[in-house]
Amino acid sequence: MALLLHSVLITLTTGARPPLFADACSSFPLLLLGKSHWTDRDLRWLSLSLVPLIEVDFLSLCLDSKILTKIPHGIGANWQSKVDTEEDFQVSTISMESQLGLIERSFSTRYSPWVREALEELPHNFTISDPTISGHPIVFASPGFLKLSGFPRDQVIGNNGRIFQGPKTNRKTVMEIREAIREERAVQVALWNYRKDGTPFWMLFQLSPVFSKEDGRVIHFIGVQVPILRKKRLTDDGDAAAWNEIVCGSCRREVCSDSLVDLGRVLALDTDTNCRGVEAEEPCEASLINSSLNISLGRIKQSFVLIDPHLPNMPIVYASDAFLKLTGYDRHEVLGCNWRFLSGAGTDSSVLNQIQESIQVEQACTVCFLNYRKDKSTFWNLLHMSPVRNATGKIAYFVGVQMEEKCKSQDRHGLSPEIWQLSAVGAVKVAVRSLSMGASCSNSSDRFNTL
Amino acid sequence: MLTIKKVPTVVSNYQENSEKGFEGCGRNCLGKCCLPVSKLPLYAFKEDNSNLIGNSVEKSSEEQPQICFLHNLLLGQWEDRMSRGLFRYDVTACDKKIIPGRYGFIAQLNKGRHLKKRPTEFRVDKVLQDFDETKFNFTKVGQEEVLFRFEKSNDHRRRFFPTAPPVTADSDSSSVVAINVSPIEYGHVLLIPQVLNCLPQKIDHGSFLLALHFAIEAADPFFRVGYNSLGAFATINHLHFQAYYLAASFPVEKAPTRRIMTMKGREDKGVIISQLLNYPVRGLVFEGGNTIQDLSDSVASSCIFLQNNNIPFNCYAEKQARGEAIQELLDTQVNPAVWEISGHIVLKRQEDFDDASETCAWRILAEVSLSNKRFNEVKAHILEAAGFQTETEEKNRDHEGESIHDQPSPKAVAHLPQDCMVFH
Repeated sequence: MALLLHSVLITLTTGARPPLFADACSSFPLLLLGKSHWTDRDLRWLSLSLVPLIEVDFLSLCLDSKILTKIPHGIGANWQSKVDTEEDFQVSTISMESQLGLIERSFSTRYSPWVREALEELPHNFTISDPTISGHPIVFASPGFLKLSGFPRDQVIGNNGRIFQGPKTNRKTVMEIREAIREERAVQVALWNYRKDGTPFWMLFQLSPVFSKEDGRVIHFIGVQVPILRKKRLTDDGDAAAWNEIVCGSCRREVCSDSLVDLGRVLALDTDTNCRGVEAEEPCEASLINSSLNISLGRIKQSFVLIDPHLPNMPIVYASDAFLKLTGYDRHEVLGCNWRFLSGAGTDSSVLNQIQESIQVEQACTVCFLNYRKDKSTFWNLLHMSPVRNATGKIAYFVGVQMEEKCKSQDRHGLSPEIWQLSAVGAVKVAVRSLSMGASCSNSSDRFNTL
Repeated sequence: MLTIKKVPTVVSNYQENSEKGFEGCGRNCLGKCCLPVSKLPLYAFKEDNSNLIGNSVEKSSEEQPQICFLHNLLLGQWEDRMSRGLFRYDVTACDKKIIPGRYGFIAQLNKGRHLKKRPTEFRVDKVLQDFDETKFNFTKVGQEEVLFRFEKSNDHRRRFFPTAPPVTADSDSSSVVAINVSPIEYGHVLLIPQVLNCLPQKIDHGSFLLALHFAIEAADPFFRVGYNSLGAFATINHLHFQAYYLAASFPVEKAPTRRIMTMKGREDKGVIISQLLNYPVRGLVFEGGNTIQDLSDSVASSCIFLQNNNIPFNCYAEKQARGEAIQELLDTQVNPAVWEISGHIVLKRQEDFDDASETCAWRILAEVSLSNKRFNEVKAHILEAAGFQTETEEKNRDHEGESIHDQPSPKAVAHLPQDCMVFH
């Protein structure tokens, strides 16, 4: 997902031009108070300046600055009724044409003309919204998103993202998104959205700001939606290669092929459920690892798993490709399983207790014990377990790095086995610690924001 | 109001023992007594003089594993030292966050980093000072704090020797990578060029080239190799660079830059210099270079100019994601050190951490930056030292659009300081 943001951001940030209403917010209310007669432009400026005040009682604001007395007849009435029924402000007194005009200009004044075309070609689900236009409407929706949501384009463009929310949507999550918009930072959440036909779907939603090259103000937000389905499906490499082609084509920059395989892996991961034995109606938010972390972890070549010690059965929430190769299992068979699942009849249970204890006292440990592959063959697993902390300093996961003892065929590039194992631990620690700071996807998208 | 006061930190477990006098060697130190017979692993890098910019991004499958090598070696060794309890505290247990705002300053709450007692005294108003054997230096560090030696390969190939052949007594090329026992982040290490030569904290072409190669070998845009001059928060007068991983963009890396139009000097070395804009501290960015050596020499020459003129500075280098241009950040600053200037701020108190805001951070950094006028003066000299001539500023403004941003933004920022401040 982070990579998709890359591609969208790259597409957008080539050839930016100054936004049209950059100074609107700062010149409200001084500009308008002195006037006896308001033009269309004034109304537009007024509405724009309200966008950052989205949670403020509009009525009291107007009364304070004595604007209501100056509002032409009829317009104030409309605004008042809007305050009663909606939390955000859609200034409907601005005619539909000017609203659409703004939306059209949202793109055309900032980016080069072929941007729309390029964005249309990207296969993923995403929307682009403009916070400088009143109501923070969507100004672009990818074909994938339209298909996902079931809405026709003209019912999406010009509307705020809340139209996809419904009764099951967690209000707190929506507040999180609002806050991120206000603070001009990225955010990633999971929440319920609704299609046009009313069916809900659970999705991973990532929102990222786009900053203007000229003055660093936020000019757009990109929202990426990844629906999370019940079915367990693995994407084969063919799909990853296809995405490779498409994403590369629309990006001016070359993208490292490694990261695209990661994207394929991530999107595949997102379509798996990570929860075993949990009711289908309640997807488990806690066991999802965010996509940026997935991509970072995907670069680590050693065999390892991440365990979430906060969940009751301490499930595996991430497994590297090397781990799957070592054990013979598929990813969907492993995720959500308790960490003991590789043990069997011949495994020394005291070692299992030792591991359990280490997790409980939050200490690292190294053990060697008998493990069973999927095909029932055994191997001696030299396992190193270590707590992994996130940016707040609290333990987020435990990492377990496996090494088959006496495995000579393993290519460790000249490093001793211990150092090879420990380097996986280190790489995981760096990834988890760095990516969990504030905006999880800002790492990748930020590099392009100020271009 | 929050101000950053830099208190010297302990970078080696042997630092505080130095007052007791030195026990001869059974201590397995890094002095002439022990280093020559040590069995430290050696990572020998290939000196690459090829054209950096022109190189294609394709990597042969043979090269691919090598690129991760230093990364794995460093992380694995670091984690090993962690498990052996050599660090003063667990840096991963330190709370950190990105301060909301445009630049995303990174604040870390680290109570254990700063010394409680009065630090070793030395003059902080002189950038160049002679090496003083009586004070702590890195030859006194125990070998367990060293991860590996890092030197140029003899046969133009990248090699790793798990147990290196001994250093000969008269060879002065032994450089080491050691842990910083008060890390600011995971993987915080010190690169000490030619440790036996006891060089004072002062940049020269050779050592800077070594540091640049270190950044290149790590091949990770989130691995930054930095330098503080004396008076700019280096507290040990023995030549060393610092490096660590932080998988996030530094605020300074997000600041826009404007290319300084230059007329080519006598030889066009292909180095591009830009000025940092919209950032509280003044700085310069160096990138490109026909060869690594060219880039390194440009920056080193600039640093040497600053040193000779008693202007404290900080800089850091990182390899860009695309594997092409190396970016170097050249900051000249007195109070905050290179990481603070770049936007990674370490705070001691909970309330400072909780209240950290972008405005605050900005104000702190802006306070210690050089005035525009002074910066321009020094900038002209730096460019001259680096072998360039500048055209007038006015032309730059019009051509802002020409600034190249094809590559991910390289950052080398030179922040110029005000008068030196003595600190405790």
